[in-house]
Amino acid sequence: MAAPGGEAQTTAHVGKRRKRPRRYWEQTSKKYNSGGKSSDGAKQKAKKRRGDRRKKRKGGLSGEVESEDPKLCEQTQETGKKDNSGEKSSDGPKQKAKRRRVDRRKKRKGNLTVKVVSEDTSKKDNDGEKSVDGTKDTADENATKRSDAKFISGKVDPFPGEAPIPEERLRKFQRGNKFVVPEEIRSKLKDTLAKSQEAADLAQTQAARYDLLLTEDAGFLEGDEGEDTCTISQDDIAEAVDITSGSKYFNLRLTQFGPYRLDYSRTGRHLLLAGRRGHVTCIEWQTKNLMCEMNVMETVKDIKWLHSEAMFAVAQKKWLYIYDSNGTELHCIKKFNDVLRMQFLPYHFLLATASATGFLQYLDVSVGKEVAAINTKLGRLDVMAQNPYNAVIHLGHPNGTVSLWSPNQKEPLVKMLCHRGGVRSLTVDRTGTYMVTSGLDRKLKVYDIRAFKPLNSYFLPAGASCLSLSQRGLLSASTGDIVQVYRDVWGSGPMTKPYMAHRVRGTVWGVGYCPFEDVLGVGHAEGFTSMIVPGAGEPNFDALDMNPYRSTKQRQEWEVKALLEKVQPELISLDPGLLGKVDKATFEQKHKERVETLGYDPLAVEKFKPRMRKRGRSAAGAVEKRKKKVAHEDQRDVIRKSVKERMEKEKEKKRKDSAKEQLGEKTALDRFKK
Amino acid sequence: MAGGGNNEEELSPDDEHIISASEEEDGSDDESKHAKLLEAISSLGKRKRMKRTERSEASVQVSEFSVNADGTGEKVNLSDLLGTMDKTPGAPNKTKQQLKNLQNRKETLELPLSKQQTEKIQREVAYDKSSKEVSRWETVITQNQKAEQLVFPLRQDPTGPKRMEQVVAGWKAKTPLEKEIFSLLHSNNQPIHDPLLTPAEEASIKAMSLEEAKIRQAEFRKARVLQSYYEAKARRERKIKSKKYHKLQKKAKVKAFLKQFDEMMKTDPAGALEELKKMELSRMQERMSLKHQNSGKWAKSKAIMAKYDDAARKAMQEQLEMNKQLTQKLVVPSDDDDDEERNVEEADALPDFVNDPEPILDSVNPWMRGKLTQEHSEPEVTAVATETAVETKDEGQNGQREDEEEEENEEEKLLREFERKRKLRQDEDDDLVPVPQEEKQGERFSLCFTKPRHFLAIFSKLSLFNRLMKSSSVPPVPEQTGAEEAELLDEGLVRVRTMDDLEALQQDVVMDTTQPAPASATPAPSMETTSEPPKKKKKKKGIDPNEVLTKEAKVIKMPLAPTVVEEEEEEVSEVHAEQTAIIKEAFAGDDVISDFLKDKRKQEKAGQAEVVDLTLPGWGEWGGVGLKPSKRKRRKFRLKAPAPPLRKDQNLPDVIISEKRNSSVANHQVSQLPFPFQNSTQFESCVRFPVGQTWNTQTTFRKLTAPKVVTKMGAIIEPMSKEDLPYKTNSRASLCILYIQSKLLN
Repeated sequence: MAAPGGEAQTTAHVGKRRKRPRRYWEQTSKKYNSGGKSSDGAKQKAKKRRGDRRKKRKGGLSGEVESEDPKLCEQTQETGKKDNSGEKSSDGPKQKAKRRRVDRRKKRKGNLTVKVVSEDTSKKDNDGEKSVDGTKDTADENATKRSDAKFISGKVDPFPGEAPIPEERLRKFQRGNKFVVPEEIRSKLKDTLAKSQEAADLAQTQAARYDLLLTEDAGFLEGDEGEDTCTISQDDIAEAVDITSGSKYFNLRLTQFGPYRLDYSRTGRHLLLAGRRGHVTCIEWQTKNLMCEMNVMETVKDIKWLHSEAMFAVAQKKWLYIYDSNGTELHCIKKFNDVLRMQFLPYHFLLATASATGFLQYLDVSVGKEVAAINTKLGRLDVMAQNPYNAVIHLGHPNGTVSLWSPNQKEPLVKMLCHRGGVRSLTVDRTGTYMVTSGLDRKLKVYDIRAFKPLNSYFLPAGASCLSLSQRGLLSASTGDIVQVYRDVWGSGPMTKPYMAHRVRGTVWGVGYCPFEDVLGVGHAEGFTSMIVPGAGEPNFDALDMNPYRSTKQRQEWEVKALLEKVQPELISLDPGLLGKVDKATFEQKHKERVETLGYDPLAVEKFKPRMRKRGRSAAGAVEKRKKKVAHEDQRDVIRKSVKERMEKEKEKKRKDSAKEQLGEKTALDRFKK
Repeated sequence: MAGGGNNEEELSPDDEHIISASEEEDGSDDESKHAKLLEAISSLGKRKRMKRTERSEASVQVSEFSVNADGTGEKVNLSDLLGTMDKTPGAPNKTKQQLKNLQNRKETLELPLSKQQTEKIQREVAYDKSSKEVSRWETVITQNQKAEQLVFPLRQDPTGPKRMEQVVAGWKAKTPLEKEIFSLLHSNNQPIHDPLLTPAEEASIKAMSLEEAKIRQAEFRKARVLQSYYEAKARRERKIKSKKYHKLQKKAKVKAFLKQFDEMMKTDPAGALEELKKMELSRMQERMSLKHQNSGKWAKSKAIMAKYDDAARKAMQEQLEMNKQLTQKLVVPSDDDDDEERNVEEADALPDFVNDPEPILDSVNPWMRGKLTQEHSEPEVTAVATETAVETKDEGQNGQREDEEEEENEEEKLLREFERKRKLRQDEDDDLVPVPQEEKQGERFSLCFTKPRHFLAIFSKLSLFNRLMKSSSVPPVPEQTGAEEAELLDEGLVRVRTMDDLEALQQDVVMDTTQPAPASATPAPSMETTSEPPKKKKKKKGIDPNEVLTKEAKVIKMPLAPTVVEEEEEEVSEVHAEQTAIIKEAFAGDDVISDFLKDKRKQEKAGQAEVVDLTLPGWGEWGGVGLKPSKRKRRKFRLKAPAPPLRKDQNLPDVIISEKRNSSVANHQVSQLPFPFQNSTQFESCVRFPVGQTWNTQTTFRKLTAPKVVTKMGAIIEPMSKEDLPYKTNSRASLCILYIQSKLLN
């Protein structure tokens, strides 16, 4: 539910031949692996001399931006087309595309021989296609037109019909397995199944067809031969890339109010900073526009954006507060006390908080109600993460376990022992496939949380205190004052060294990737650092889901739609596809649940209570006598019924036997007897 | 009595008087007299007759009391009515005759059915009629039910430009200009209303094109010429007087006919049958006539001469021979061999055709023959010819068989069915004897020629024919029945033909069952290759703590060491060892793993149902302090709960997965399968893909969420009319045929 991503959930297939039921994760994992492999293939490689860098910088950058890169031209043309289609959000991708291309160019021009690995778009958000809906329709029309149109010149279309879609791309959008319709089922059902199959195929092919429009791709840093990418400093990168991208690397020196925690809004435009000593700031970080700044004069444990950039929640010393983007205090929620960590579930409008008292609480921010308060009985909860795929909250505990929670169950859905020491930090990847944890035993572990099995385990000499995963699966781990970024954490081979590393001024207190940007924010004791991490952000965004370039009006519209499409908290479970499955619970089971929820048995038979009678007729003995008359009446009923049934059965059997005897055991072969 | 006699005497003169009076007064007072007479007569009877009421005035209201029930007990005879009929001049004679016939009939008419029965019949008829009427709509309705979207009103005028005539249907010329134009058009025979073409144009279209006409003319001419040629030739030939020539001619004709007949039997059995029928007819004629019976004038003269002239005798003999041959009954192969022999012997003595079944008209229908051998199929003459020699021996047996077969009609049918199936399946199957089946028809053939001599030749051919057919009449079915039975019983997709096949099939089945097994037994999740193989925990004893958290960690080199650690860090391995030591020291007190395992065990126990001990100490045996119930009793009275289902975390030592059901989702789930679905997989496959805008392209979304019924704003939705019905296929087909025929005729 939480992740609208293209995870195809496979249903268990029951056919004539019995197959091993496929788990819903198997397909995705394979897909992911293949995607990872394909990403290794480099498309472009450009090298420049190290000495060139300075020169280029001096010789106007702007001229270079407009330089004759065929790809760039192509790109602008494409975006131009999008513009023509009249799509309101199309200006977004255009700008973005330009920026990104320029990014890449800059990287190449720089001496640090940045190799841009253009990846197949297989891991892109399939929703990205939404952003160019207008073009879609026109394209569709064109395709149909082309199939039967003859040119005026009399030439025949050399490629008649619709363009074929590669099998691989089709597979990407496959949802569930095709159901093989058996021959012998009734026609009405056959029709229904056929129609649904047709619809599914249509959805799949159309989605695959418009995947073409997700043109953006991501690149990575690639060093020279013998050069580690992790030795490339941020300064070098910032100098090599264009000004806009370069400006994304910056430091905020905020030494006064102690270590900072941070949170990016879901669009990636806004940044929240919260110093432990009460400093709360709200910045539009790309423009460096300060929206509000204040000191709450209390210890601040955590800070989180709510569904939009208009509101944010601050976990202060005692209670949970909600402010608007101007810094006005909207609510003080005293029901939520001693909150240490918070997570916001955007599709459910739930703010999940973990407190020092061991309570996990859920606040529905759309109605302002507490949905659930669960006493975990697992001590202080200061490690928390959410699984964006199924909106399950992951909590790390001092006894080395990680527990998974939903608001519907008072006990953990899953409890797994991950570390010998306490869990320091954990994070879950966007597809809900992998979880990365770090513990006091200085280990960094990668788990497949669909199978609850460890995939990789690494030993970090200093242990990782803060973990964060980017949209494209880059892992950032902070050890002391060093932030390291890892690539291919769950890839084919075990990683031996980080992809990037950066030393900040103070001990790291919070890390977080900016969505849709190649930026990692690091909050530390001495302030905040924004790092450039090439290849971190998702290049294609879904403008109807999250549009980084949306206007206020668009945001309002989105808010209404999102509220209408709000997912109820009852639907949170490990398998988000559970809703589409048939509940096979027995009647007894359901009845038991009902009794539990109601507190009494609605179907229970009332106990016989003898009436009060006078003149000694209600004496104990008489009452007992009366009771005895009625006692076991229902039991007798049952017995009577069963006896009757048995008799009938016997009769039937006798009848059948006699009929058989009359027939005299005739078989089909009798007709050949003489 | 005497008084009574007097009375009579008194009356009688009175009567006489009256009569005489009437005679006297003639017609003057006739009526009144007549009335009196009637009165007098009526007074004779003891009972007084009720007076008939008469309607003197015309009125609407007729009193029911004035209608008497006169003559209720009497029957109205047809003769009463017919009396008047004779006098009516208008009635046609035919009707009169019919009525008379009716009168002569003695049987009574059947009682009309009771009201209930007639109503029932009427209802039935009405039901049939209306159901027929209603069922015509079935296709339309199912179509509409199946339709993904219905747009009301259902019948919509086709969009696009309309023809001028349609638009201007109700329009009339009013202005003088218009009138003038119209008059012009009229005068020029131009279309004004619907037709697009002028009458002249239509006529021209109807007319044949010039080329076509020319071609047809040429054809006609050629045909005429050819006809005249042939006529001339025939005339010439007829004038030739040479007998030898004609003889030869006839022989050639017969030969040609035989050839043709042979061909016909192969290609067109129906045609051949027709010919044979003709032959049969000629035989009849021969039998009736005295043509070759040596009774004619010529024969008599020859008979005189025969004594002396060998040639004459020979000629007579020939005549007789001819007669014999012509009247010879064609041997029906259905008869046994014995019969055949007898036939040969008694051919002249007994006209056996009398007892014959009627020549079967429908040679195709096996039911009409009652014979296994008379299967209709493609002729296989060549195969028959090769096998005649072999098969002749079995004739006797075959005859026997046939006897039995007549009794076992049912079995035969079955066997026939098998035969047919096998034919279809494997026509080249080598071990089977191809069954010749065309002969039956052949033997029924009879030919009719203008000259009876023609079939002498044919007869010779036919006799061979019959023999062949006899020999191969019984197909070698019985040997096959075993296999056939197996075939019948086996319901698999592959038909088993022989026992070998059956065995092979069994092997196949075994293979089939074994094949998927290894596939399913080797689930190779790619993830497990990197992780350690899942450790199995020993039963009851729990998980070995050493098996938990066994993942080996890889050391990662850091380019930048954190500032805090930097001072002490020299060698990674050393540090590693040191660190582990420190950790061990730090967590010496709380054993994380054993705690976790304890927790897990607890959870597992909670999931299991408890054992209920129902032993009563001292029941049925001695009780008291220090005495325990016997082991047997304890075992007997301990109720064990059924084993709980396997836990999901059974193979994961370091994971506890909650087994609790998520009832909150269950409230939103489908708990009962909706109508057309038969199992949950079908339903789940139908809801597996999202329909929403978030997951689909705009077009797809619109298609998926299209409403089932669309109504046009402001349009009147009328009930379906007969025009919505699809055309009847029958009428259409017949129309088509008519059309084609007309074309052909032209």
